[in-house]
Amino acid sequence: MSLKHEIEFTLNGVKRKLAVDVTMNALDMLREVVGLTGTKYGCGEGECGACTIQVDGVSLNSCLMFAVDCAGRNVTTVEGLTDQPRGEALRESFVEHGAVQCGFCTPGMMMQADHLLAKHEHPDAACVKRGLEGNLCRCTGYKKIVDAVVACGGRDSVTPAQAGVQK
Amino acid sequence: MTELKRYYAPTSLDQAVECLKGGNVTILAGGTDLTPQSQAGRIKFRETLMNIRHIPQMSGITLEGKEIRIGALATITEIMEHPLVREHLPALVEACDHFASDQIRNAGTIGGNICNASPAGDTLVPLLVLDACVELASMPETKLYRHCMPISTFFTGSGKTRKSLCELVTGVRIPVPAAGHVSRFYKHGTRPALDISTISIGVAGNLKDGVLSNVRVAFGAVAPTPLRATATESALEGRHLDAATIEAAAVAARDEVNPIDDVRATAWYRKEMIHNMTKRMLENVAQA
Ligand SMILES: Cc1cc2nc3c(=O)[nH]c(=O)nc-3n(C[C@H](O)[C@H](O)[C@H](O)COP(=O)(O)OP(=O)(O)OC[C@H]3O[C@@H](n4cnc5c(N)ncnc54)[C@H](O)[C@@H]3O)c2cc1C
Ligand code: FES
Ligand code: FES
Repeated sequence: MSLKHEIEFTLNGVKRKLAVDVTMNALDMLREVVGLTGTKYGCGEGECGACTIQVDGVSLNSCLMFAVDCAGRNVTTVEGLTDQPRGEALRESFVEHGAVQCGFCTPGMMMQADHLLAKHEHPDAACVKRGLEGNLCRCTGYKKIVDAVVACGGRDSVTPAQAGVQK
Repeated sequence: MTELKRYYAPTSLDQAVECLKGGNVTILAGGTDLTPQSQAGRIKFRETLMNIRHIPQMSGITLEGKEIRIGALATITEIMEHPLVREHLPALVEACDHFASDQIRNAGTIGGNICNASPAGDTLVPLLVLDACVELASMPETKLYRHCMPISTFFTGSGKTRKSLCELVTGVRIPVPAAGHVSRFYKHGTRPALDISTISIGVAGNLKDGVLSNVRVAFGAVAPTPLRATATESALEGRHLDAATIEAAAVAARDEVNPIDDVRATAWYRKEMIHNMTKRMLENVAQA
């Protein structure tokens, strides 16, 4: 029998109490126990970023985190992101820029981009590329994603068309 | 090996070292090594899984007398962004900057990097050239016992250290470098992010009137442990950093390392890289 442990934490602003398998990772907990499937399983070993969530305000790979380690912490997934103005602005910018193709990388990209924008309000393309280094996309070739994040950072001053020609 | 029977998240150092007394404990910090290693079956859990995140004495970065103390739980991101580290320990900043990805830097801790003891662990080479000491805590009888060990003697093999199963790493201590101290780190991989070092080099010393003294050189990923390059150090110690000295040191470096062939590079390539990059780094130091 696998060992279980009860944890309490905040998930997307709501207090949760769950019994989890001690060896389970946070990604499996979110998808299989809680039933929030926005967070994706890409590689399970920290290489692709599809499983990116935020814990106490920083982004990390949920596949590399023990579920029990969520205890007492504040966890945000893509499902909770668009409740916040910056998350909603990011979503709109991704749509406007066509930064979503198959969409598999998108939740992780948005979670990482949101963390980047929390640290750098107006990042340039180099800063965005650096920030998204841990997120792989098999479809878009990254340009539209980078444009979407740069434009979101410069929301008031940069139109999508201008952002597209930024270096 | 026993089966996992207990999960424990102590809130004080005393509780943690008491739990470690029996030695049958798997320690969890950021989990970026432990999660993939346990899920792939490369490591088996011991009887207790102990999460050390809630121990206050293990976090933070502070100036204590003439030393900078970095708590074992400090993440790579916290270290890289900390003003004390940025001011005094550029080689460590450089290593953190080239570490994995933002997500992994946000989760991975320096204590985990040290205890995982990978020959390619990126903070280990700068810690070696900065004369760091590893802080250890245990409870031999009924009292907390703490001591420090130079990191140059800490590693005994790939994934192996002098730390006993009853000990916890609580932090690292680095002497504040004197004025005129220089330190550099270089990591070679094939892509900028999420790459394990093919080789890495750290160089440090006091530079005065073009002469390097108290020289420290260390290499990563060329042996089962990160190591100090003593022959290269002697080729530099007290000498004027001119072209001849630099070339002699680069040759000493190439002769001194004995790397292996693996998926990331051949031994020959690693030796050439050690020569060329040691040379380039020393040229850069000479211009400082
Ligand atoms: C995709 C990927 C990329 C990576 N890239 C890099 C890289 O570029 N450079 C690099 O150096 N590393 C890299 N790593 C390895 C890893 O992220 C680091 O070694 C990290 O610093 C480990 O810290 P942690 O807190 O996550 O450790 P954990 O996984 O929690 O622990 C690691 C080991 O140390 C033990 N331990 C942890 N803390 C203590 C303590 N205080 N006292 C005693 N024992 C302890 C644990 O029991 C375990 O055996 C990478 C890992 C992944 C998955
Ligand atoms: S699934 Fe976590 S990084 Fe790929
Ligand atoms: S849109 Fe398909 S992986 Fe990024």
